[in-house]
Amino acid sequence: MVKETIIKTVNLNCHLGSLQVLKNLNLEIYKNEIFGIIGPANSGKTTFLRALNRLNYLNASYLQSGEIFFADQNLKSISDSILRKKIGIIFALPQVLPISIYNNTAYGPKVHGITNKDTVNQIVEDALKKAYLWDEVKDRLHEPAVKLSGGQQQRLCIARTLAVEPDVILYDEHCSGLDPISTAKIEDAMQQLKKNYTQILVTNNTKQAARVSERCAFFLMGELIEIGETAALFTKPQDKRTDDYITGRFG
Amino acid sequence: MNAAKIREKIAFSILGLVTLLVVIPILMIIFYIVKNSIGAINWEFITQAPRNGMKEGGIFPAIVGTIVLVVCTMLFSLPLSVLSAIYLVEYARDNFFTRLIKLSVVNLSGIPSIVYGLFGFTLFVLFLKLGTSILSGSLTLAIMSLPVIITATKEALESVPVSFREISLSLGATKWQTVRYCVLPYAIPGILTGTVLSLSRAAGETAPILFTVAAFYLPRLPRSVFDQVMALPYHLYVISTQVPNMPMKLSFATGFVLIALVFLMNLVSIILRAQFRKKKLW
Repeated sequence: MVKETIIKTVNLNCHLGSLQVLKNLNLEIYKNEIFGIIGPANSGKTTFLRALNRLNYLNASYLQSGEIFFADQNLKSISDSILRKKIGIIFALPQVLPISIYNNTAYGPKVHGITNKDTVNQIVEDALKKAYLWDEVKDRLHEPAVKLSGGQQQRLCIARTLAVEPDVILYDEHCSGLDPISTAKIEDAMQQLKKNYTQILVTNNTKQAARVSERCAFFLMGELIEIGETAALFTKPQDKRTDDYITGRFG
Repeated sequence: MNAAKIREKIAFSILGLVTLLVVIPILMIIFYIVKNSIGAINWEFITQAPRNGMKEGGIFPAIVGTIVLVVCTMLFSLPLSVLSAIYLVEYARDNFFTRLIKLSVVNLSGIPSIVYGLFGFTLFVLFLKLGTSILSGSLTLAIMSLPVIITATKEALESVPVSFREISLSLGATKWQTVRYCVLPYAIPGILTGTVLSLSRAAGETAPILFTVAAFYLPRLPRSVFDQVMALPYHLYVISTQVPNMPMKLSFATGFVLIALVFLMNLVSIILRAQFRKKKLW
């Protein structure tokens, strides 16, 4: 089966001030796969994710060279608004807005100009269903989102991202603050989302990467050390540093 | 009791005592003014114009004048301050020009109020030919209010968590949508506090209105923004220093009304703030 590339980086270098966070990164991510990125802290995983939807530029000292292509289009030729609609992100800590569950989910459609009430209602319901949250919140959609538990809040964040109908979802250690049961629910949701979305998962939890992802990359100090099928990477790593990391000798 | 506990007790006692000292002046001022103005404050005093060389009658025109000035000042300074604070916090890049603007704002708050008065007189009254009028006076007061409202708005905007902005931007919202929906609503209580603070000060200032709007004696209400008005602080100054044989209790009563007006404004802002706080959910 020939896999379609959706994201491709060419000689990507990222700097934060004088610090080089990512070094000469070349990798491809295929459509509708779950792509895991593992590596110890400060290895540039989050910077890589945030380079894909240009959130890095919120930091004034950020500099970038090299090219990123999304669906064969150079990222530079896509406006922030459209790019971020297409490539959504889930942050490490569940970050809900201090408004109702409904309004959190409807925020994306609202800023993209969808005003018809029935349409928005439908989008909200669909998004919450896809994020496996609908059954738990359908009777209290207008309660404040902050009242939800951590795991529910994180699924609400996923629903909020789904509501703008992205092609790619980035997860930035999105389960790091959650209990195993919430994590399992979110991983279930991710498996269901595979059909329609490309998902890129950054995690400190190598076991999660092994469980969820199909292909996996190992980052160390801003360099891509190894990339491959998750099964192969975890059983027969080619690089000694990968082996050391996944067997827990450091990191 | 061990030594550390005793030391803590002593520290807390001193801190409590010092805090009490801070409250004493304001209580004394209120007590002194109320005591001296008792008997002078009645319905006639707050609803009638002054009579007989201002030694009799009320201060109604001055009350109305001050209220009109405060409202006009707010109309000019609030939009200007809030919009420029939004620009400074959300849009401006950190460069020489931005730092110059921020420095100017800080320095603006250090200028003595009489200098504002002279500036307003030359710019609005003479150069722009607005005359001695409500317009000139409230524009002068508005410029004086700018730095306080800008600073308060900046702080209120900066205290909104960065994550709100990130969420909004990451969903593809524009910068303006982000400010409009995810930042400004949560900054309103802070903006309100700063605004009321600076308007209370504007209500009590004499120097900026001295040459720009205040009338010595004008026992009728203004008909347009080009009219002069009487104002409480200036009226207080006039009757305390310029009118011989003025009954003391009328001065104190005027002071009492001015303080009451400022308290009322603060009360309104406290209530509004409480209303907004109820919606604050993080």
